[in-house]
Formats: sequence, C-alpha cells, structure tokens
Amino acid sequence: MFRRIRPIIIKELRQIRRDTRSLGLLLVFPAFLVFLIGYALNFDVKHVKLAILDQDRSPRSREYIRAFSTSEYFDIGYNVGSYADLTTLLNEGKAQMAVVTPVKFAADLLAGRDVDVQFLVDGSDANTATMAIGYAASITQTYSASIATAALARSGRESYVPVDFRPKIWYNPELVSAKFLLPGLFGFILMLSAVISTSLSVVREKEHGTMEQLMISRLHTAEIIIGKTIPYLAVSLLSSVLILATGYIFFQISVRGSLVWFYAGTTIFLLGALGQGLFISTIAPNQQMAFLISVLTSLLPTFLLSGFVFPISSMPVVLQILSNITPTKFYLIVVRGIILKGVGLAAFWDQLLYMAIFAGITLTLSSVRLLRRAE
Amino acid sequence: MKTILHIILKEFWQIRRDKRMLGVTLLAPVFQLLLLGYAATTDVRSIPMAVCDEDRSATSRELLRQFTNSGYFVHAYDVMTPRDIDHYLDDGDAWVGLVIPPEFGTNVLARRPAPLQLISDGTNSSTAGISLGYAGQVVSTFSRSIVLTQIERRPQLTAPPSVNTEVRVWYNPELKSRNYMVPGVVAMILLIITMTLTSIAIVREKESGTLEQLLVTPIKPFQLIIGKLMPFVLIGIADVTLVLTVARFWFDVPLRGSVILLYMMSGVFVLTTLGLGLFISTISKTQQQAMMTAQFFIFMPSIFLSGFTFPIQNMPQSIQYVTYVIPLRYFMEIIRGIFLKGDGIAELWPQGLALLTFGIIILTLSILRFHKRLA
Repeated sequence: MFRRIRPIIIKELRQIRRDTRSLGLLLVFPAFLVFLIGYALNFDVKHVKLAILDQDRSPRSREYIRAFSTSEYFDIGYNVGSYADLTTLLNEGKAQMAVVTPVKFAADLLAGRDVDVQFLVDGSDANTATMAIGYAASITQTYSASIATAALARSGRESYVPVDFRPKIWYNPELVSAKFLLPGLFGFILMLSAVISTSLSVVREKEHGTMEQLMISRLHTAEIIIGKTIPYLAVSLLSSVLILATGYIFFQISVRGSLVWFYAGTTIFLLGALGQGLFISTIAPNQQMAFLISVLTSLLPTFLLSGFVFPISSMPVVLQILSNITPTKFYLIVVRGIILKGVGLAAFWDQLLYMAIFAGITLTLSSVRLLRRAE
Repeated sequence: MKTILHIILKEFWQIRRDKRMLGVTLLAPVFQLLLLGYAATTDVRSIPMAVCDEDRSATSRELLRQFTNSGYFVHAYDVMTPRDIDHYLDDGDAWVGLVIPPEFGTNVLARRPAPLQLISDGTNSSTAGISLGYAGQVVSTFSRSIVLTQIERRPQLTAPPSVNTEVRVWYNPELKSRNYMVPGVVAMILLIITMTLTSIAIVREKESGTLEQLLVTPIKPFQLIIGKLMPFVLIGIADVTLVLTVARFWFDVPLRGSVILLYMMSGVFVLTTLGLGLFISTISKTQQQAMMTAQFFIFMPSIFLSGFTFPIQNMPQSIQYVTYVIPLRYFMEIIRGIFLKGDGIAELWPQGLALLTFGIIILTLSILRFHKRLA
C-alpha cells in the first residue's frame, strides 16, 4: 500500500516546499508564538494598584497600611483625602482596589473595640478581584492577630489559635501559573496549526481542477487521505519538537514523565487535528468557506472548551458534554499529566483512546466524503 | 462615486449569490457567542474535596460541615488513610484533600493547637490560589467560633479586639466572571469574522484571475478597495448588532454606558479589522498564505495579548509594549469599560483615537500596496 501512496506524499511534500512562507509559518512560527505568548500567560495576581484613604492618620493605621506596601501583591499608587477621589481613581481604572481606614481606627483598637476596614474593589475582572480580596483579607487577618496577641499579653494572657492550619500544594508548589498554562499553549498552537495546514488541501485541488487527476489515478480515497495526512503530520511533529525545546530553554518546562508517551500522545492528537482539517476541506464548497469553518470550529472552541484556561468542571453540564468535541481537551490531560505530574500510561490511557477514536472518525469521514464527491 | 457604486453592487451580488457564506457570517457569531459565553468562566465553585477524617468526632464533623456549607467545597470522597488522597489528586478527581488527624477534637477542647492539613493540587495555580483562600477563610471562621464559645463559658474573660473587613465590589458586585468575559468573547468574534471575510477577498480574485479583468477597467485602486470593503462593513455592522443584543439580553451583561458610543466604537473597530484583513490580502500570493498569516500573526497573538483573559498589567514590560500594536487590546478596554463601568468618551478617547489611527494607517497601507502591485 505504501508504494501506492508514495507518489501523493511526494507530490504534497513538493507543494509544501514550494510555498516557503507557509512552510516557515507552520514549522517555526508555533515555537516563536510559544516564546512570545509564554511570557504573557500569567494569572499570578501581583502588583494590584491600590489607593489608600486613611481617615485616622495615626501611627497605628499607618502601620496597618505598611503591611500592604511591603506585600508583593499590592502597589500603593495613591494616598487620597476623600471618597470622591477614590471614586475617580476606580472609575478611570487607575486603581483596582482601595482600602479605607475608619476615623477612630487606633482609638477603638486601644479601647478593645472591633474596627471595620473597608475595601472598595473594581470587580470587572472577577478573577483578579477575587484573588486581590483574598490577599487583602489575609494581610488584615495577620494584622488583626498581632493586635489580639498584644491585647492579650497586656492582660497577662497567652494568645491561642485553636487550629494549626497547614496547607500544602502539590505538583506546582510555588503556584506559578505558567507551568499550568504552557502545556496548554503547546496543545492550543499544535491544534490550530494542524487544522489550518490541511483544511484547504482538498478544496484547493478542487478549485484548481487537479482533483480530477487524483480521482482517475485509481487510488482509493482512503489512500489519498493518508497520503495527504502523512507529510503534514511530519511537519507538525517537527514543529512540536521545536515547541518543546522552546518551552525547555526559555521557560524551564521539562518533561517529568516519559518522552516516548509524550510523542505517542502527540502523534495520535495530531492525526485527529489533521483529520478535522481534512474533513472541513472535503465539505467546504470553496477555500473561503473552508477558512471560515476551520477558524470557527478550531480557534475559540479550542481556547475556551479544552480546559486550557477555563476549568471544564465550572461550566454548565451541557458545555461539559460538548467539550468532548475538541480533541485538545484529551491532549491537555495527557501533556499536563506527563509534564507536570510525571504520571504514566495508567493515568491517561483512556485519553489516548478518545483521541484515537476522534482521529479515526475524522479521517474516515474525510475519505467517505471524498468518495461521495468523486461519484 | 458612480464607479464605486458599481463595484459595491457587484460585490453585493456576489455575496447574495453565496447564501451559505452569508448565513455563516450572520449566524455563526450568534451561535458561537451563545455557546462560548457559558464556557468563559473563571468562577471557582464546588471544589471537589477528598476527606480523610481520622478523628470522627463532633468537632471534626462540625469543621467539615462548615467547609461544605461555604458553598465552595463539595465533600466528594471519603478515604481511610492520608495516602489514599494521592490517588484522587493524581487522577484530577479531587482538587483538594483534607486530612483531619486523630485527636483533632480532643486537642481543640483541651486548648492545644490542633494540626489540620490541606493538600491542594497546584497544577492550575489560579483555582488552587482561590481554593486555598476559601479554605483559609473557613478555617479562620471556625477558629474564631471556637475561641468565642470558650470565652462564653468563662465570663471573666473578654475577647481581644479584631480588625474586620467590609468588602464592597463595584461594577460587578456578584463577581460574576461572565460579565467580564462575554464582552471579551464578543470582541474576539467580531475580529475573527470580519478579518476572515476580507483577508481572502482580494487574493481570491487574484487566484481566479478576475482581478486582471477589474484592473483593465478605468477603476482606481482606492475605488476598488472602498467598493470591496463596503459590503463587509454592512455585514460587520449587522454582526455587531446581533452579538451585542445577545450579550445584553441573553447573558444579561449590564450595559451601563451609552449604546450609541458602543456602536460608534464598534464601527471604528470593524473598520480596523477589515483594514487588517485587506492588508493581509494584498501581501499574500495564495489564499492559503492569507489564511496562515491571519491565523498566526493576528488571531493567535490577539487572543493572548489583548487582555482578553490574561491581564496586561501582569505581563513583563517588554510584552506590554507588544500589546500596543494589537488593535483588539484597545477595543477590549472600550467594550468592557462601556458595558461594566459605564465609561464615556471622557475616559475612552485615548483608546478610540488609537483604534482610529490604526485603522486609517492600515487602510492607507493596503491601498498603497495595491498601487504598487498594479505598477
């Protein structure tokens, strides 16, 4: 069979080589994008711009505010005199959060009364806001505990915390979001390059009239599909090597688990992605439609439904089911498992199976469509 | 003027004939938004928790009750030994593991610090950070309630003062990430659909040879460009209307600013994206090249560097400079500002001006490129 497919592979390879710009884009640009975007992928909320309205202006309130300025999570940008100023700063987006201390902050604490500190938060970016509130609350708790200890000491009692809470973080102890996001970026970029590399391949031949030549060559449509897949699989695999190298050199992402399984998983995944592109190519009436369909089915769905950025378990059930249409979802579980956790086949064999099913379906459908079209 | 009108009519004719294309460009954005608007959520709720309760006392059950009552944690699995938690975290079935050691209740009642361990899966640093924050809040509330009940039993003691926090969230009081993400998805979809249409427009005529026919007529390049652009502008405006309606009325995103301003700004944005598409069309030899250029140079960088999901302020300074050449960045700020904050022209003129400048430059460049090609 290979001897029959070989001419198609050679023809496709020649065609790929002739269009140097497209080849360069497919081969090198994914790695460049990993390099560029890798630095931008960041959920770590730090340096939140903070505005302060200190109505007490006592040494004690200043001490409390200093706790914010020494934290890396906050940058105190403004120290204002009135609520109106805070409103303007928040409206213009110059500050994301404001801390307001009450007038009798020090006096009340000294008298043993509770005080209320106010946080005003720009909630438009809910994620950043939630994190910032968490950090500010924990700074306040620490301060509150030190005040309580001091008050208790004055009355000759020992401070006492009933629960000794010890949180521990696994896999990614410093909570660096890049570690989680970069393997996702690998999958995202591979998926998109693979789909666009094949999505024009069949429809282009049709527009140029070269499809008829292929059809009279007595090759089975399945053979044509395989012949068209293999060269692009090679290009995408090479590109994935470059991507992994970029991740290692610039972001210190090393593969904890087995490299063999990493590439086995990548190959199965790419077959599915290329299959999706080929299928689009067999159903689209022209190249413009093929482009439109491939962008609409791959770009945002992969970004939003694969669990790359947004946790699938937080989505409505219907979308959780629907997320299975993007093979990247399964691939991300595999690469995150291998790269971050170093787990073995036992933890992800089912994902490999799903990806293989996806590849089987898309490639078979393409060949069936091609057959129908030929007749 | 008459010539332009003729070209516009011809383009319209062509688009109307291609009904499928028209359908996709009008329906796909609505469909995508309806679906993906639900996927883009960063809210962390119902965190699956594996519990190893080695104490099984009234106190440990009370603590567990407080965890589940918080609404953030779901008591998903019960395990016998702390080691069993590994398995659930490895497979990703549980995000956190809670270990309540033996004697927990006895220690708490005897006023000895009682250790409590929480293990968190740090792979997704964002959700891990948020869930640790929630766990910390639950534990500190639990601690404080214990201290208070102990003090109640001994009336001679008074509770030490504490600093409490009162959080007021503006613009998005329930911290619903959807209110922030849906306008982002709207902007993304507009970019994709309008650019896909134009990036292939001219190169297609070049490939099919109809461009030569147009060039031998006495039509001037700028007339041709404007004529080609007009139908897409109308489709773009129709898309703007559709997706904004869905965002406002289906997803209930509050629209606090002026509808007219939003429309005008969307118009300027669509002009910019159409210009970008045309520019790509003039620098590409084949539709495949145009598609890859749009995908790699515009879509992928835009998704990551526009502030759509990753806050720009978190990026390294050098990457922040790169974001200035991404038009979507300005439109993200505009659309979110108008929707959530009710920003007006006073706050948004710099972004509007940047977009307009970008649009004019890119359209001029397209016309110049086109001229050069003719000569």
